[in-house]
Amino acid sequence: MNRNTKLNLFKIVYKIRKVEETISKLYSENEMRCPVHLSIGQEAVASGVCSNLKENDEIISTHRSHAHYIAKGGNLNSMISEIYGKKSGCALGIGGSMHLQDLKKGINGSVPIVGSTIPIGVGIALFNKIKKKNNLVTIFFGEGATEEGVFHESINFAALHNLPILFVCENNLYSVYTGLEQRQPKKRDLKKICEGNSLAYYHEDGNDVIKVHNKVKEIVKRIRKNNQPTLIELSTYRWLEHCGPNWDDNLRYRPSGELKKWIKKCPLARIKKQIKNKPLISRATKQLDKEINSAFVFAKNSKFPSNKIIKNFYF
Amino acid sequence: MKEIKFSEAILEAIDQSMQKDKSVILMGLGITDPKSIFGTTKGLLKKYGVKRVIETPTSENAVTGIALGASIKGLKPIITHQRVEFALLSMEQIINQIAKWNFMSAGKQSVPLVIRMIIGKGWGQGPQHSQSLEVLFSHIPGLKVVAPSNASDAKSLLMTSIKEKHPVIFFEHRWLHDIKGKIENKKEVKIGKAKIIKKGKDLTIVSFSEALIQVMRIYNFLKMNNVSAEIIDLRSLRPLDEKTIIKSVSKTGKIIVIDNGWTKYGIASEIISMVVEKGFKFLKSPPKKIGIENISISSSRTLAEKTYLNSKQIIHNIFKIINKNIDKKKLNEFIKKNENDHTDIPYQDFRGPF
Ligand SMILES: Cc1ncc(C[n+]2csc(CCOP(=O)(O)OP(=O)(O)O)c2C)c(N)n1
Repeated sequence: MNRNTKLNLFKIVYKIRKVEETISKLYSENEMRCPVHLSIGQEAVASGVCSNLKENDEIISTHRSHAHYIAKGGNLNSMISEIYGKKSGCALGIGGSMHLQDLKKGINGSVPIVGSTIPIGVGIALFNKIKKKNNLVTIFFGEGATEEGVFHESINFAALHNLPILFVCENNLYSVYTGLEQRQPKKRDLKKICEGNSLAYYHEDGNDVIKVHNKVKEIVKRIRKNNQPTLIELSTYRWLEHCGPNWDDNLRYRPSGELKKWIKKCPLARIKKQIKNKPLISRATKQLDKEINSAFVFAKNSKFPSNKIIKNFYF
Repeated sequence: MKEIKFSEAILEAIDQSMQKDKSVILMGLGITDPKSIFGTTKGLLKKYGVKRVIETPTSENAVTGIALGASIKGLKPIITHQRVEFALLSMEQIINQIAKWNFMSAGKQSVPLVIRMIIGKGWGQGPQHSQSLEVLFSHIPGLKVVAPSNASDAKSLLMTSIKEKHPVIFFEHRWLHDIKGKIENKKEVKIGKAKIIKKGKDLTIVSFSEALIQVMRIYNFLKMNNVSAEIIDLRSLRPLDEKTIIKSVSKTGKIIVIDNGWTKYGIASEIISMVVEKGFKFLKSPPKKIGIENISISSSRTLAEKTYLNSKQIIHNIFKIINKNIDKKKLNEFIKKNENDHTDIPYQDFRGPF
């Protein structure tokens, strides 16, 4: 991998981390008045996937969408404003953190109903096929969503119609506080589920952005060539609480030591180590810090939406 | 009489029912986690074991059908959804199967199950985590629907619902969970029975669930202004206690329904049409309904604020019906003293969880 790609991956991972940490830090000011599902610890997934997507490629996401939005190049001012409920938000303040979107960047939307965006993403790919557009659709979801019926119905349909879709299953082991062992039989095999439905399946370490990038690069090339819908499962771990700005290891729903083990595999530290030229890093982080800081200032200074905007919608 | 939280009342009802009846089982995502559905299932796993307290995958539709299958053979499942919206994934099972199984089996099988649905509100949860969809379920023949407003009714109604032979949709408003109330253990609350919580003669106010709390917040202002309001807590939405409502209207001649949800095609619409059909001769003025604005709910607090009911709006509408002027100064003083500044939280220092 060349130096530039590495640096770019570092920048995305860093940007996600820093944005999430800032949200976490400022949340107690009670001005971001909406539920937030942070991606600290999971940054390499979004970064390594989206680094292979073109601007007009499309994604759709879930309640935990900050990382996907940032990695796909979503406008940062609009994202932070949305979380602050301001009219400069990407959804005019209508949706908050759980409804991020930026159509200019192919970010179709995010919704907090588990599994519900999977078929919608398939539908976007169907449109692309019928209209002969060659944008790739990437659908992000957690492993919890693979327990919903709609996941299975959707991959079956996608395979039946050879739709160019990358399904990204971000496996962080937990659905809220409930561990995998309480939700799936020990021998459940997502690979077999996918292959049984004629989907190609891959797995990668979701905390190593270089590995994710390289694997997805190959996959995306293949999907573009033969339209075979493909699922990649990326193993990763959420550091903070499921929803909210805090640590919650004190609740003990995760085995002791598990979080520590994953923090040792910190996606940011790993990519940072790969970059030998430290001045490059400090220049990049300085610039990103500035951008992030100014996005929060922008959001705080923005106005709340006027009630009049409601008239623009059909009810 | 002891005072406990609404959430504790739910827990007591489930616990005591499980103790009494071994066929009662619990299913849901999060029921065994450290937060135990806002405390409502706390300790039950330890007490009753994994066979009866079943943590589930993120699979609402299947879980609902599975509960149905178990119930027609004699188990009494209680399913829990942390938000009403998650139950929407299981609508087919609820409407086509659960509501009709007793009918389709020509009465040979019945479905003694309870589905708990928690209504969210505030803190920018937005369009998909704060809907009040009681009416969707109340529309369906074959379902019973209850929505208690206080700890005592919650406990008793839940125990009644668990014992009930037919399926019950049990609504809990998230903003009620922390409110304490005295438990009146003696009387069993029957499904289909409303309660007159304040007697009065000038007008009938019908409400339920969290909307009722908002009505009670302004009750003193009515009293200060010599408005004698009769306040009815519906408790059950289907079947509806028509008798209690009509009897009250026959006395007051005026009715306002304060809905927990959208007013169009809603619970309030149903009540008013019932009153017009069955009690037209008692009406001295047009009935009125208020509730959530008939639009989707935004995350941003300035937009959400306009969507939800507030004390001023309730008071204005009541005074209009009884044709009385409001002393604006008195009203503003009262509002300032009694109303929370933020309509996106239940009380000033509330910080979730939501
Ligand atoms: C249909 C539905 N059921 C339940 C929920 C509550 N819920 C919100 S996020 C979540 C966790 C889902 O886990 P996963 O899909 O693995 O995503 P993660 O939060 O781990 O990123 C759950 C159960 C929901 N939003 N929608």
